[in-house]
Amino acid sequence: MPSLIDLRRRIRSVKNTQQITKAMKVVSAAKLRRAQDRVLAARPYAQSIRRMLANVIQAVGEGHEAEGLEFLVKRPEKRVQLLVVTADRGLAGAFNSNVIRTAQKFIQDNSGAEVQLELIGRKGRDFFRKRHRHITGDYSTIFQKVVRYEDALEIAQKVTERFKKGEIDAVYIVLNNFKSLMASRLVVSRLLPLEPPEKQEQIDYIYEQPPGVLLERLLPRYIEAQIYRALLESAAAEHAARMTAMEAASSNAAEVIDSLTLKMNRVRQASITREIIEIVSGAAALD
Amino acid sequence: MAEVFEIEIATPQRLLAREKAIRAQIPAEDGYIGVLPDHASLLSELGIGAMTYTTPGDHHFSLAVRGGFLEIHNNVVRVLTDFAEKAQEIDVRAAEKDLEHAQEAMINPALGIDIAAALIAVRHSQARIDAARKAANKEE
Repeated sequence: MPSLIDLRRRIRSVKNTQQITKAMKVVSAAKLRRAQDRVLAARPYAQSIRRMLANVIQAVGEGHEAEGLEFLVKRPEKRVQLLVVTADRGLAGAFNSNVIRTAQKFIQDNSGAEVQLELIGRKGRDFFRKRHRHITGDYSTIFQKVVRYEDALEIAQKVTERFKKGEIDAVYIVLNNFKSLMASRLVVSRLLPLEPPEKQEQIDYIYEQPPGVLLERLLPRYIEAQIYRALLESAAAEHAARMTAMEAASSNAAEVIDSLTLKMNRVRQASITREIIEIVSGAAALD
Repeated sequence: MAEVFEIEIATPQRLLAREKAIRAQIPAEDGYIGVLPDHASLLSELGIGAMTYTTPGDHHFSLAVRGGFLEIHNNVVRVLTDFAEKAQEIDVRAAEKDLEHAQEAMINPALGIDIAAALIAVRHSQARIDAARKAANKEE
């Protein structure tokens, strides 16, 4: 039977933990709201650039050769770049382990090719650093503050450059997409070569620059925007996951506190009962 | 005949404006383009400069933009720019100082200074000053 003092101590410690998890939940909720706003704010640009790109690709496709079209050509995938987007911090439920597991599965499924990892987020870096041979780079501070466009730019330039040089034949990205508070969706999608855009009504634009030139400028922007969006989505999903995890932790703590309190009351009652019995039997012995 | 068109100005980070306008002046790569309702469909690269537009209530707005793309189609004008600043957000003094520094860097290229980058800096700070001035003039 644990002593009364021990139980009190344990209850206090669980209460402290609960306070921390509650605070973390509130912080995550606030961060989530801002992260969601950022995802929404980035949407108009991304959508417009996608539409423009689709149009320009069609215009270029009508005949002339152009720089940039190599981004559309599929090559046999001998060397594949995988961008793994995890968080910098833990305590977010299965957020990081889900991404890591999916990345491992991707590596297994593509065992015929050499998979090179670009690790975005400290958790992914910590995991793969000792387990995977081909790591081309890692970023472990992007998610500590607000995601900056420059971060996406840097990653985008690196992978497009390597793709252009033929060092890699395809670029994939694995991340948690923000779906709702309770659920995020794991996605693996291909960044390069580009999926040729769905046929749409061809708009008869006046081109101030030849479509080929525009395409060359649009493509990097498009990839940047894609990666930027991925980072924003992942940041939002991370906060959502942490919020849910902390919510669960808080209610688990409440349960533990309840059962410990019950136990403590029993112990206290038992000792009172014992004392009464002692007194009563002592009195009875005197009679 | 449409009397207004919609103007949308976005950077990768945010949407700066989406509203009705009756005319606009936009710095395309090869010179300013004036836009009125029912403009022909057009795609262009965006230059560095001060863009202005006027809403139906005759309010004038100006912004400094730095590179990107311009699309006009079906009375929707989309300005996708790498960087944009509304005139009222611009610190003219700081912009003037930047301009001086950038010009200095161009005239006396110090070691390791990228002339192309300095040129962009000159044009961009000039654009910021122009945007702020245009906004100030319209208010008077």
